[in-house]
Amino acid sequence: MDWQLVLDSIGPVALGGLTGTIPLTLASFSLGLVIAIGMALARISGIAWLSGLARAYISIIRGTPMLVQLFVIFYGMPQIGITLDPWPSAIIALSLNVGGYAAEIIRAAILSIPRGQWEAAAMIGMSRGQALGRIVLPQAARVSVPPLSNTFISLVKDTSLASVILVTELLRVAQRIAAPSGEFLTIYLVAAAVYWVICLVLAAGQDRLERKLDRYAV
Amino acid sequence: MPSEPPAPAPLLSARGLHKSFGDNHVLRGVDLDIAPGTVHALIGPSGSGKTTVLRSLNGLESPDAGSLRIADLELDFARPLGRRERAALHRASAMVFQQHHLFPHLTVLGNVTVGPIRVQGRPKAEATADALALLERVGLREKADAYPSSLSGGQQQRVGIVRALALQPSMLLFDEPTSSLDPELVGEVLAVMTELAGEGWTMAVVTHELRFAREVADEVSFFDEGVVVERGAPERVFGDPRHERTKRFLRRLQGPFA
Ligand SMILES: Nc1ncnc2c1ncn2[C@@H]1O[C@H](COP(=O)(O)OP(=O)(O)OP(=O)(O)O)[C@@H](O)[C@H]1O
Ligand SMILES: [Mg+2]
Repeated sequence: MDWQLVLDSIGPVALGGLTGTIPLTLASFSLGLVIAIGMALARISGIAWLSGLARAYISIIRGTPMLVQLFVIFYGMPQIGITLDPWPSAIIALSLNVGGYAAEIIRAAILSIPRGQWEAAAMIGMSRGQALGRIVLPQAARVSVPPLSNTFISLVKDTSLASVILVTELLRVAQRIAAPSGEFLTIYLVAAAVYWVICLVLAAGQDRLERKLDRYAV
Repeated sequence: MPSEPPAPAPLLSARGLHKSFGDNHVLRGVDLDIAPGTVHALIGPSGSGKTTVLRSLNGLESPDAGSLRIADLELDFARPLGRRERAALHRASAMVFQQHHLFPHLTVLGNVTVGPIRVQGRPKAEATADALALLERVGLREKADAYPSSLSGGQQQRVGIVRALALQPSMLLFDEPTSSLDPELVGEVLAVMTELAGEGWTMAVVTHELRFAREVADEVSFFDEGVVVERGAPERVFGDPRHERTKRFLRRLQGPFA
């Protein structure tokens, strides 16, 4: 192993993580969560066409490879006149993807809150919307922290797919260093190590968050 | 809450309540009158419809037919309740649930003030002061910042009662408030209820605690198969039941242990 190369490349690769992977993850996760909450609510709305639509969306997202989704958006859409830069394309594809997976997590979490909570909320005079926002969703959020953290960590790794549409994130930076030097093994191991460190930090954060939320565990 | 002189008009008056769940005709014409400042005990065998009646009095269940008057609110169940009518019904009565249904993600204080502040729009400082005073009265002032999961069953149920009181309803509804408690915790909850009765609160209480019904209730309704079979003062209903089904129920409940 060429340790000098490791030292030389780790800076740029980590910077690629900092300026590419992490912002891409954060943006896609936040947007994806909004989509997911909407889809979860649509699923449990009791309105047939709305929940059918959400069900179809979730099924398509979960039943097709993310790389194909990315290609449809980046390479396919320009044919119907919608041309997007790599970054927006990647954010759209990744957040649609998070939306599909997290929707089922959030739906299950909402359904896991006992009926008595809805009734107590109604008893104190809350509308269904208030009961959802103030009573049910906060508890559902607690329930969905562990599975959503897993989605988040998967997303960090999935952002590497954006490198194929030339988004300058961690893996793309590594590719650019590796190609001229020919030191693929070293450089890609460095890239893997940086991903690993990011995920370790996130897993530790997940742990702390869960323990903090546990103070009112039922 | 000053105790009011006995008024001729009942505070609550239900007529001809009917309710079916599918083929199951659960309420078959229930009438109920509760005078202001009195405690009305609802007793009867399992499945006779007591909970369904009580939930109807808070708008948590919609009877298929019948009418209801609480304070100055008048409702006809022949057609579905509108959103405003249901809101008014939630406002008129407040319920203490068998399993308390406290909000686990809110502190004790949060549980008590969320309704007054977020629903009724009362100023936060005022609602908080009122809530703390109510908690003080049931001996839970120092638990204000605790989460419900850290309380005993009896404490949780007392918070449930305070949550209902803080809504400033016209009357209180209790659905077997002690039946999911360990026996040694029943007393503290019944003591609070007895105190409330003494202050003149109007209360409807579904209960299997015959001693409580006998000592605290002003009137008892005995339910069976979706109708009120017999009603009267507790001494009369318990001491001299007229109806065969009431006799059988009391015999079974008091059984060899009474
Ligand atoms: N939401 C519901 N859906 C279907 N059936 C219901 C529902 N709620 C109550 N029932 C049925 O209505 C009947 C009366 O129930 P209810 O809970 O009012 O009885 P209860 O007198 O309170 O009994 P218990 O003493 O066991 O609490 C029962 O047969 C019950 O199964
Ligand atoms: Mg019941």
